[in-house]
Amino acid sequence: MTISTKGLVRVLPKRSTRSRRITPWLFLLVPLALLVTFTYVPVSNMLYYSFTSWDGLDANKALVGFSNYVAVFTRPQFLNVFAVSLYYVAASIIQMGLALYFATILSFSTRFRNLFKGILFFPYLINTVAISFVFLYLFQPGGTLDTVLGVIGLGGTQHHWLGDPSIVNFSLAGTSLWRYLGLNFVLFLGAIQSVPGELYEAAELDGANRWQQFRYIIAPGIKRIISLSFILAISGSLSAFEIPFIMTGGANGTTTFVIKAYQEAFTYSQVGLASALAVVLLLVVLVVTFIQRKLVPDEDVSLS
Amino acid sequence: MANKRMAGVVAGLMASTLLLAGCSAASTTDSGTPSGTITVLTNRTDIVNTTFKKYAADFEKIYPKVTVKFQAITDYEGEVKTRLNTKNYGDVLLIPNTVTRKQLPQFFDSLGSVATMKKTYRFVDEQSYNGKDYGVAITGNAQGLVYNKKVWTAAGITTLPKTPDEFISDLKAIKEKTSATPYYTNYKDGWPLSQWEGNRGILGDTNVSNKLVTQNAPWSKGQYHYIEDSLLYNIVSDKLSETDPLTTNWENSKALLGGGKVATMLLGSWAITQMQQAAVTAGGSASDIAYMPFPYQANGTFYSTIGGDYKNAISKYSTHKAAARAWIDWFAAKSNYAFDNGGISPLLSGKAPATLTDFTAAGVKYIELAAPPTKNASLEPDIANAAEIDLFGNVYRQKLIDIARGAAPGSMSSYFAQLNKEWATAKSQVSS
Repeated sequence: MTISTKGLVRVLPKRSTRSRRITPWLFLLVPLALLVTFTYVPVSNMLYYSFTSWDGLDANKALVGFSNYVAVFTRPQFLNVFAVSLYYVAASIIQMGLALYFATILSFSTRFRNLFKGILFFPYLINTVAISFVFLYLFQPGGTLDTVLGVIGLGGTQHHWLGDPSIVNFSLAGTSLWRYLGLNFVLFLGAIQSVPGELYEAAELDGANRWQQFRYIIAPGIKRIISLSFILAISGSLSAFEIPFIMTGGANGTTTFVIKAYQEAFTYSQVGLASALAVVLLLVVLVVTFIQRKLVPDEDVSLS
Repeated sequence: MANKRMAGVVAGLMASTLLLAGCSAASTTDSGTPSGTITVLTNRTDIVNTTFKKYAADFEKIYPKVTVKFQAITDYEGEVKTRLNTKNYGDVLLIPNTVTRKQLPQFFDSLGSVATMKKTYRFVDEQSYNGKDYGVAITGNAQGLVYNKKVWTAAGITTLPKTPDEFISDLKAIKEKTSATPYYTNYKDGWPLSQWEGNRGILGDTNVSNKLVTQNAPWSKGQYHYIEDSLLYNIVSDKLSETDPLTTNWENSKALLGGGKVATMLLGSWAITQMQQAAVTAGGSASDIAYMPFPYQANGTFYSTIGGDYKNAISKYSTHKAAARAWIDWFAAKSNYAFDNGGISPLLSGKAPATLTDFTAAGVKYIELAAPPTKNASLEPDIANAAEIDLFGNVYRQKLIDIARGAAPGSMSSYFAQLNKEWATAKSQVSS
């Protein structure tokens, strides 16, 4: 009897701690299952494909070691696509500057500020396919852009905006800038508005002008959001796809990294090589993020 | 009554051929009489709820035990290619273009030996491997150029061009004497450029594709790829095509050709009916649209390559193979699909389409390309993929057009030299 009671006494708290330990995992079971099924399994499959010469169909997937990766780093056509990405990197830096500028201005009491906020954010609400088609018509010879330029007396600056290889990437990166400006803008605006209002009052009492307010209150206050936007901008520019794919299909020297990977997989049936490209893209984004975190460490920001 | 009895005889014959074919099939679970519900995959999203419903009703009258269901797929190539990795891809489906000959037995059941099938059907070689046929074409196409006769006549051209040079000078005449754009590349949509690959038969040689995989320099004078790619290059470099190729639009191009704003496009004969409709919509008449052979003659004869469109095949995992087979044979013989779409019938005994009367008048000879020998069954796509020259795609011809219009560095000869080099390197890689 005594033994069994002792046993009970010992076991009961054990059980409760065990069930306490299990409970969170039970709750996590569904999201974890989803995460593993739809993220980790596909990603590990992709890793596996990148070491094969699979064509996307065949029952037989022959292992080829690192030769796909060697091809990615030795064939010149893969280096060219990084050059195209630079247009998008440049555009996204300009985009961040503009977004920061507008967010700052519109966080002060400006006339019609809500209207302007709406106008700036609006493009982000339209889907990319629709935007690409709108800009396709805009850039057509004799299209909206050329007409407007002609009306305001700048007929001499009319171009084949998509047909001229020296301009086409600017046209596409510009479209991308217009499309994503709203997101950056809203992120910055939200962060700026979370800065306590007393700080501005105090600064104004001390005689700080708008620039000084921006330099010493706003900029440090939203540093985290800026660095997050920076990572998003870099990875977004490297993986630019929808806009150039719909507008030019990658022709005329506008092939981006992802379009190239898409072509490898679906035009040349080289799923192995395409997977290797995708893995390389993932690694590049990780490295960029790592460097950025080293340069701008994520220290706590305290304004109060 | 007579019709019904005939159908019974046909069904009996089909069932017996199926039993013969079934000897090699591992997983035949049906008894040989068509029954059950079959799922048919189709790319015709436009007529799946109208014409195809009628096909199913007509078919079910003859085979009352069979129910036919359709799945229409917009992005047919892309979606079905992915679905082939599963076991669920319908009972009857169109063989996607990316499946190589060697892979056919992995996904489909053979319909019979090539020799037997050739007694009834055209285009048997195209989806065959190791002497066995895997698909029956839904319709067939001839290759050539669709043009607006009104515009060509207005430019004073009455005879068909017989050489690429004559063709170019005709286009120049159109540019001078009319307001039409002489040629439209459809560069932006891309796939119309792949139609340039379809004219391989112009040399009058059925073995042209088998020779291609043995050549180190397919882009040299006298070879097919030199003839057609240099013609495309010259059309663009002589400024005989649309001014901004980056903003072309296929749907719109039909209206342009129909309305006489564009004079010529190189497209398969499947395009004729669509262009005729566009001409009527644009206020003209269907007779404005005509069809000419590729401007090249071998020994004084025009040759037009004919080939099958997509081919119906039976899934290896189908559980109603007899019904699936009955549908494929019925579709080829009784549905009238080919004729209604202005195509060449997959049956040797089928009616000739009205759209190709121009070819009959011009004395054009039809030519079907020979199948590669079994050991080389997938050599051509293997070399092309390794070389990253998409013969049946648009990427490499878009580059050619870019060079021709001065938008990319290089010249025709430097680009052809590069293509030859890539081809030769890939060829040695693949065959090693």
